[in-house]
Amino acid sequence: MRKNPITRLIGAAAMGAAAMTLVTGPVLAKTELTVYTAVEAEDLKRYAAAFNEDYPDIEIKWVRDSTGIVTAKLLAEKNNPQADVVWGLAATSLLLMKGEGMLEPYAPNGLENLDAKFRDSDNPPYWTGMDAWVASVCFNTVEGKKYNLPVPSSWKDLTKAVYKGHVAMPNPNSSGTGFLDVSSWLQIFGEKGGWAFMDDLHKNISHYTHSGSKPCKQAAAGEIPIGVSFAFRGAKSKAAGAPLEIVVPSEGIGWDMEATAIIRGTEKLDAVKKLVDWTITEKANRLYNQGYAVVAIPGLAKPVKYFPAGITEAMIDNDFEFAARNRNRILTEWQSRYDSKSEPKK
Amino acid sequence: MRIEHLSKMFGDFTALSGINLEIHEREFVCFLGPSGCGKTTLLRAIAGLDIQTSGKIEQAGLDISALPPSERDFGIVFQSYALFPNLTVVKNVAYGLENRKLPRGEIRTRVAELLALVGLGDQGDKYPAQLSGGQQQRVALARAIATSPGLLLLDEPLSALDAKVRVYLRHEIRSLQRRLGVTTVMVTHDQEEALTMADRIVVMNQGVIEQIGAPMDIYRRPATAFVADFIGTMNFLPGVAEGPDRVRVGQVVLACDAGDAEPGAQVTLAVRPEDIALQDVKSSAENAFEVEIGSMEFLGSFFRAELADEAMADTRLRADWSINLVRRHGLEQGQRLHIALPRDRIRVYPQSSLHG
Amino acid sequence: MANLTATESAGRVRPKLGRDDWAMRGLMVAIGLYLIVSLALPLYAMMSKSFEIYAYQPQLIEFQVNEGQGWRPVLNALDLGEELGVLKRGELVTTADGRLQATRFFPDFSFLSETRYRIRNTEPASGGFMIRGTRIVHDEWVEYSSGDFRRVTLRPGISTGLGNYLSYFSTPALFTSIYNSLTIALISTLVTVSLAFGFAYALTRSSMPFKGAFKAIAMVPILVPSLLPGIALIYLFGKQSLVLKVLQWMFGEEAVAGLWTSLIQGAYGPTEIYGPIGIVIASVFFTFPHALLIILTAMAIADARLYEAATALRAPKSRIFWTVTLPGARYGLISAGFVVFNLVITDFGVPKVIGGQFNVLAVDIYKQVIGQQNFQMGAVVSVVLLIPALIAFTVDRFVQRKQVAQLSARAVPYEPKPNRRFDNLMLSYCGLVAVFILGVLAVCQYAALIKFWPYNLSFSLNNYNFDVMDGGGWEAYGNSIRLGFYTAICGTALVFLGAYLVEKGRGFGYGRAGFQFLAMMPMAVPGMVLGLAYIFFFNDPANPLNGIYATMGILVVCTVTHFYTVSHLTAVTALKQMDPEFESVSQSLKQPFYRTFGRVTAPVCAPAILDISIYLFVNAMTTVSAVVFLYSPDTTLASVAVLNMDDAGDVAPAAAMGMMIFYTNATVRLVHAFLTKGVLTRTQAWRGR
Repeated sequence: MRKNPITRLIGAAAMGAAAMTLVTGPVLAKTELTVYTAVEAEDLKRYAAAFNEDYPDIEIKWVRDSTGIVTAKLLAEKNNPQADVVWGLAATSLLLMKGEGMLEPYAPNGLENLDAKFRDSDNPPYWTGMDAWVASVCFNTVEGKKYNLPVPSSWKDLTKAVYKGHVAMPNPNSSGTGFLDVSSWLQIFGEKGGWAFMDDLHKNISHYTHSGSKPCKQAAAGEIPIGVSFAFRGAKSKAAGAPLEIVVPSEGIGWDMEATAIIRGTEKLDAVKKLVDWTITEKANRLYNQGYAVVAIPGLAKPVKYFPAGITEAMIDNDFEFAARNRNRILTEWQSRYDSKSEPKK
Repeated sequence: MRIEHLSKMFGDFTALSGINLEIHEREFVCFLGPSGCGKTTLLRAIAGLDIQTSGKIEQAGLDISALPPSERDFGIVFQSYALFPNLTVVKNVAYGLENRKLPRGEIRTRVAELLALVGLGDQGDKYPAQLSGGQQQRVALARAIATSPGLLLLDEPLSALDAKVRVYLRHEIRSLQRRLGVTTVMVTHDQEEALTMADRIVVMNQGVIEQIGAPMDIYRRPATAFVADFIGTMNFLPGVAEGPDRVRVGQVVLACDAGDAEPGAQVTLAVRPEDIALQDVKSSAENAFEVEIGSMEFLGSFFRAELADEAMADTRLRADWSINLVRRHGLEQGQRLHIALPRDRIRVYPQSSLHG
Repeated sequence: MANLTATESAGRVRPKLGRDDWAMRGLMVAIGLYLIVSLALPLYAMMSKSFEIYAYQPQLIEFQVNEGQGWRPVLNALDLGEELGVLKRGELVTTADGRLQATRFFPDFSFLSETRYRIRNTEPASGGFMIRGTRIVHDEWVEYSSGDFRRVTLRPGISTGLGNYLSYFSTPALFTSIYNSLTIALISTLVTVSLAFGFAYALTRSSMPFKGAFKAIAMVPILVPSLLPGIALIYLFGKQSLVLKVLQWMFGEEAVAGLWTSLIQGAYGPTEIYGPIGIVIASVFFTFPHALLIILTAMAIADARLYEAATALRAPKSRIFWTVTLPGARYGLISAGFVVFNLVITDFGVPKVIGGQFNVLAVDIYKQVIGQQNFQMGAVVSVVLLIPALIAFTVDRFVQRKQVAQLSARAVPYEPKPNRRFDNLMLSYCGLVAVFILGVLAVCQYAALIKFWPYNLSFSLNNYNFDVMDGGGWEAYGNSIRLGFYTAICGTALVFLGAYLVEKGRGFGYGRAGFQFLAMMPMAVPGMVLGLAYIFFFNDPANPLNGIYATMGILVVCTVTHFYTVSHLTAVTALKQMDPEFESVSQSLKQPFYRTFGRVTAPVCAPAILDISIYLFVNAMTTVSAVVFLYSPDTTLASVAVLNMDDAGDVAPAAAMGMMIFYTNATVRLVHAFLTKGVLTRTQAWRGR
């Protein structure tokens, strides 16, 4: 990151005076990349470490947040980009950025190994995929028993009166998971049916969360019996000992792809290209596979522990173009309908 | 030092107007007046702390009217002492000497000299709060004269002290000033202080100078009724001028210097209580008339008698007579006797000037 | 007289300025400029941003259709849209990422038809349109088959107007927050001021024991971020309520269940602690010390003579309370009320953590800016939030001025007489408050040490493994401490020097009044608003100060400015107590002002300087509202990490980090107390005799 002389001066003066020892470590001749990402925080160290095994001279500065926020942040910085590269953001979001002319097309080495679904259709592609993350419902069995809740098996089940006040889901305005849920419902049930379903679901929702993993974490902690979240998060919490059941609704589940793209205007294109090349290697894909059942290189994925069966089959045929094109309209509509629980519905 | 046409406004309020004053080398001048008369304002203008609105100040032939304090040549002592509380006495006194490229040893010697001069040679390592008020004021004085300024300004330096310390310090300051020969201006509202210490007194009231003169002059010949009233005790008698040297008070006609008063003009006569003559007064003597002693008040070294008579209508006179005199004449309440007002002790003022 | 005035004005003396005067004025102007750059200009940038609108510009778009019989006449998109009812003039406002499909202008559109379409953007610099994500940036006609035309979308362009305000006030989800915020702030104010008054009453009017300890405990909430009480409430009263579990353990599950359900899950649904009640409780917690300090000051000056008179008149205790105690403290109460109101309405941490779906203004700004990156709407909400904050600030200043007048009156301090029953009553009341305050901390510490609440209650330090969680990890904690030190050092130097110049400078009346005004302004500006204003101002590439964006520097500047006013007032109060003639004497001794400043003023004011620096440090550690918009990956902060971890559902680690902040602040406070004592005995030897 850039630091201007004044800051340094103030810093130095304050350092001296305070006799502090918290200096940020020795300065090495490393290339530092600012990488925007929506990958789960606990995976970031692992990804960076694996990458640094091959490229020790490139240092990754992560900027992590929810999908919606990273998307919005990138859009907001359109005229003054702070990021060099995006590694692990919803393809829907990257499509939006492509439209704003913010991405640099690049064909990484090994592009031909990827499943055709996992790359941008232009040549050279503007983005390349990593893995698919899929929606799921986290159900806390202990809490469920306490409130006599049956295990839901479909999306429609969640609108039943018995679940009133027992469901949390992410706010699609800030969470990529929330958005893929909403866009998948609109695709599964159709435009009208989708909104009608959400109207019904809204009656049962206890609260909408800012981040996509929070509903599942809350379900894991018993703060809410049912959290609409994504499979990977559920599996993690289950592994940590939470009494969770991960439900794959029978109508099918929405999914989005985590993908990589170069931000146009980066001054470190060489290093960035090395990184992007690396993100589609088999090594990287194996890394993704630790949490995600579906990855970009076909035939590579091994089953993931605690993942529910049949999850790959339940993935809907997602129309990313639809999602990207209608993103703003859907979010505006969603906000006017549900953003305030204290507000009577229109 | 010369001050010309000096005025100071605070917004619409005139604090000083048309001040003209000359202060001579080595002189000790007191600004005397009631609170709010502008004496401190004048001092601060001289110091450059609150620069005048208009007018000119010259010091040693230089026009210093607009200069900031740091470019003028003076030392100053405040009523509050303004000693730096976190510095020892030595460091306080040395404060103005430092930063002048003086060798350390020289500073030390000078400070020791100064402290000896004000009689605090052994108190150098104490902090101000450990000293008495009088000692603190002496430290302040030492600090002010440390740099040998051409002018010493004292702003009510003794007002915060006990009566006894005050009297003692008066003499000390005065003798110090004589010894050093430093031109000094002191502001005070205490007439006794001014009368005992000053070479000349500047009496001020409501932003103007009422009178400038030596203490004896001011006391003996107050230029205005205000000065007459403000300094010492004074009898004021309402009268009507009957000629250049005659004024009638009630039915009594008194010979005195009526000055420019037109015949028939209302005037005020002033006479000091101690000037009312009693001894050997004959009814035919000049300005003699008969009065009755209304009351006698014992005030320690003298009696104050209140005198009245039908001839003087409602006017009452106060007379201060020594115990000796009272005993010798066997004076007591209700007694009638002849008194005289010596002609040269009577001052005549236009009537409107009092409290005007 | 007229003549005199004329000659006077002719001979008016223009004071010559000495070197010191120039230096002092220069420095004051410099610090004034700092405040203008760090406060006034960003606010201005924010105001103008709130009038910046993203709107579709169909008036600049033209279509042409060819259904096989040649090109039809050119159609203007706006006319066409209005005719079809697709869009209306005045309803074109959208957000930066708004998209409008071109096919909506052609209701009969089918991508299978043979119809061909042409589209033209008459003004290339405008929002224009794009196809498959590629923008067309020229003003030539572009021709598409129907298959391609369905992928054409219109983009919004930027203009200026009231549109954002209109859309704010026509979106119920947004403007109901005004009502919500005001209600919450009012209720919290009433509760906090009542509780704090009771506490202050016990401290000043009873002779109960442990007063010192109670006062110290009551100050604890200042040392933690406002997020922490929210987190504690989740543990105490959430779904996995600790309180419930304790009750169950004490009375058996069955006995408690019914009562609990009816109590907690009654009228508001099962998660009622997430919402207004939770916000009020947590707000009361964090505003309590602020109210207590003000009320204590007001009550400490009560005149014992009034009490003696009232007792002599045989007034009963209750009557004395209503006629003497309460009126005596009224300015304190009013002032505390406005301070608390301002704190609550501008606070963002509490409603963020425990507000659930209950929207308030401060969180709306966050949601608009961070959640949706709708900066324009964030600016609008900021302007709305600025209004009640400004009013509360103005009234508070007014009331405080009155209180000062009351303070200067001479009074005999009141010495309470022991009264067993009354003292015990007060003791138990204060005990309850203290238990609540300490309980909140204890719960957070307990939760931080539990492995997996509520299913695995073994102890573990897993929750301190911040590096695998959101928010920046242990580095964030280090950054916060750095920010604390930088803010304390730079801030104290700046504030104290500024206060010195304005208090002790000569002349320059207008300049000093202007500076005083600038120094008071930060208090009226909520942290969220300040942070947002900084984005607009400093993230503008055209701004020469753009370089400090995303650095530690901007966090320091922001924090110093945010907490400038209280520090400034502390410094001014200390300086006012000094003899104004120190400067006169120094000038007569021809010493430059900086020497007197360094050798006398600063050492004498050392206790106040330490107070200011500790105030700045503690606030830099706990503040969230302003810096949440400004931190960068290099400068993540502990307080923001608490927020982000809670946001991601990692509540226990959030509690752990919150407690780290508490321990740090508590340690620094202790060191400060120790230092103050040291400084007092060493440099302030003169104080005692």
